[in-house]
Amino acid sequence: MENNMSLTGDVSTSLSISQKLAVFLGMAGLFILTLASFNINFPNRTLWLYTTLAAIGIGVIWFAQATYANKTEGIKNDHIWFKSITNGGVLGWIAGLVLTGFYIVLYFYPEYLGLNAEGENTGIIAFFDPLSKLLSGNPASQWFVYGTLYTIAILSFGIKFIWKYRHNKYERLRTFSVMFFQLSFAFLIPEFMQRLNSDNFSLPYYDLKNIWPLNYYNFEQYRVDSMINAGDIGIAMLLFGIASIFIITPILTYKYGKRWYCSWVCGCGGLAETAGDPFRQLSDKSQSAWKIERWVVHSVVVFVVLMTTAVIYSYLGEDGKYWLNRTSFLIGVAVLLTSVFALVMIFKRNEFQKDAKFGAIGYLAIILSLIGFHFLSGEGKVFLFEAEALRSTYGVLIGAIFSGVIGTGFYPVFGNRVWCRFGCPMAAILGFQQRLFSRFRITTNGGSASLAEIVLRIARWG
Amino acid sequence: MEHIVIIGNGISGITAARHIRKQSDRRITVISSESDHFFSRTALMYVYMGHMKWDHLKPYEDWFWEKNRIQLKNAYVSQVQPEINQLTFSSGEIMLYDKLIIATGSSYNKFGWKGQDLDGVQGMVTKQDLELLEENTKNCRRAVIVGGGLIGSELAEMLSTRKIPVTFLVRETSFWNGVLPPGESEIINNHIREHHIDLRLSSNLKEILSDENGRVKGVIVEETGEEIACDLVGLTAGVSPNISFLKDSGIELDKGVKVNRSLQTNYENIYAIGDCAEQHEGIGDRKSVEAVWYTGRMMGEVVAQTICGNPMKYNPGHWFNSAKFFDIEYQTYGWVFPEPRDGEAHFHWQHEDGQKCITINYQEESRKFVGINTFGIRMRHETFDTWLTEERSVDYVIENLKQANFDPEFYDTYEAEIQQSFNKHQPVAQ
Repeated sequence: MENNMSLTGDVSTSLSISQKLAVFLGMAGLFILTLASFNINFPNRTLWLYTTLAAIGIGVIWFAQATYANKTEGIKNDHIWFKSITNGGVLGWIAGLVLTGFYIVLYFYPEYLGLNAEGENTGIIAFFDPLSKLLSGNPASQWFVYGTLYTIAILSFGIKFIWKYRHNKYERLRTFSVMFFQLSFAFLIPEFMQRLNSDNFSLPYYDLKNIWPLNYYNFEQYRVDSMINAGDIGIAMLLFGIASIFIITPILTYKYGKRWYCSWVCGCGGLAETAGDPFRQLSDKSQSAWKIERWVVHSVVVFVVLMTTAVIYSYLGEDGKYWLNRTSFLIGVAVLLTSVFALVMIFKRNEFQKDAKFGAIGYLAIILSLIGFHFLSGEGKVFLFEAEALRSTYGVLIGAIFSGVIGTGFYPVFGNRVWCRFGCPMAAILGFQQRLFSRFRITTNGGSASLAEIVLRIARWG
Repeated sequence: MEHIVIIGNGISGITAARHIRKQSDRRITVISSESDHFFSRTALMYVYMGHMKWDHLKPYEDWFWEKNRIQLKNAYVSQVQPEINQLTFSSGEIMLYDKLIIATGSSYNKFGWKGQDLDGVQGMVTKQDLELLEENTKNCRRAVIVGGGLIGSELAEMLSTRKIPVTFLVRETSFWNGVLPPGESEIINNHIREHHIDLRLSSNLKEILSDENGRVKGVIVEETGEEIACDLVGLTAGVSPNISFLKDSGIELDKGVKVNRSLQTNYENIYAIGDCAEQHEGIGDRKSVEAVWYTGRMMGEVVAQTICGNPMKYNPGHWFNSAKFFDIEYQTYGWVFPEPRDGEAHFHWQHEDGQKCITINYQEESRKFVGINTFGIRMRHETFDTWLTEERSVDYVIENLKQANFDPEFYDTYEAEIQQSFNKHQPVAQ
């Protein structure tokens, strides 16, 4: 996501010398990365790696400095609809295709990045080995390469964002927050945790701020097993994962609105509001988009609940190591959903009038499926599908294609919050919590609504 | 079925149409020669600056009108004949109405300057003005703006985003000081200059010079006789109601279309709302003609109620307004005049960065709070509206200023500093 350097909200028609040099520096970094993926052998790889990463980061920051430092504080949206990169024009499409291509390779053809199942990695993945070994002690994987680039993007474009919005203290703090959570929770801590692993102790790779259902794989058997086997600390992590969605999230959403997660903590939101910021105006505000959004995002919620239930169901009761058995688990899920549904219908009927249909359909679908699980499951199968098939379908469709390829790859085409609006089940659940009991809403100031239109055109989602 | 015809598809006319549709099944036709669809006029500038595209200015998607059976007609009304309830369009076509709402807005003032009709001389009010500006600034080496008000400052901001040097001729001794107290006006002077605008105070336009092709080539300043070469002249010295097409119609006119508090003209079935309407007497301290976005909206609501059988009087409530001068936001609630009126006093506080200030106007004797101007600090409209209704004292307002703050979270707050400054300047009356 670093290959579009000229994508700021406010450059004059011609670039200044500093801006040109900054673009050159950043592009040089990307070029070296590209060379690395073609297996060019760099002598002194460590130095090359750090220089390259620094060039990309400094290029972005330098560009931001050259763009904003000499401007007065205030909103900087001049010319965004004139420039091809930010108005969905040809440069935007090219950037979108390049990013999309990168995601397709990353998710489906990592061997082109140098992943080698048989032996040592090559290409760009091997190029990142020095940094990976420094942090976790292990050789790099494609996910390490992605995580590193992702973190650099959030940090460097975060600095750019802070410069651009420096008149707004809320935005400055918010951006520091996402930069911090990306660097520490999403990147460094899980890497360091790998160092604790040994032959008889192993923790799964766990970004603690990544909450189910965004982190849809959190309760899969290999992760749960590994947490249970890791003793107290593992159990604590498992409990934290459960508490995150059922206890911590509702409390924080009640107090601060869903933005506490979507724009202060989340990595997807973090990338969207930093590297994705120049594309915020591209999101579709039509009423039909809004209708599609509600159907799609709620379907994803139903899908992820069913998938997770099926996955957990499939491994419960296999042997005696889980204290929960299949039946009590299913009953538990049913009771939880029923009570939420009933409480909303009793106490918040009026607020949810229009959404009652979605709620009822979703609820019915899940309950029927639970009953189906119970009566129709046979050997290794849940309902009529294999739980594993359900999981991998979700992983490919939602985890990879929706959130990565479309959600991020198409920033320059569909805007920066496509995934967050249309696809993220976490955002849907937080939005539900917010409407249920939080006081936060987008608002205007009484009658002076002359800016309200602009607010809704450019405002952050979440 | 009763046919209601609305001339003008701005905020006033469209609000009337929407509210009539909400409450009734009457046939509604909205006529405009400016644009096919309603758009947000206050955001016109953002299209020129590249913040938005034209389509973004439309608050309702194009399917909205047909779905709500509001018929749109792109045409220019050249004549109204109230005796026979008939409109004539410039094409010669006619249309009959049962009730007519005139909501034609306003157009920019020309004060008879020599050269005011040359090519390259224009205002900035309509969609056509926007298109013309795009055309007129293609190879523009310098622009001169005449008239220091909100539109003038917006035009200066628009041109500066295209890197066009601007000379800004302002008649007053300080920017907009017929409206703003001196301290505030000074902040805006400085802020305009900070954006590299060549602001000339106490400067009137004498004449606009023409080249051999009837195109503007410069202006002459009245006071100094200086000739300023330019390729564009922006006329932004206020606006007047758009009523020339009604001249011989028999509808009572003065500055605008004369209306009573029910917004009715001298014809029972003809109403006028928005910028083009003129009250027989100003309401409270308001002017009899108000070219303000939200009063247009309010009038649209009132006229819709009246037409749908719930006769209602126009009552705009406490004065308020808001605007933005380049990066500085301005809000006003209640009345603050450049100089305090008899029996009134001003409390003025200014932040050291020269970008934020407030002025509170109050009655000296009773200490009743009369109004507030704020720059660079957002205040909550609802709170001030309540305080004005409750006739709170200036001391109460200062004491409770925090409640009215509408800045985003984590912004620096200035209430303590303001209170301190107020106490220092206001020895307790014994």
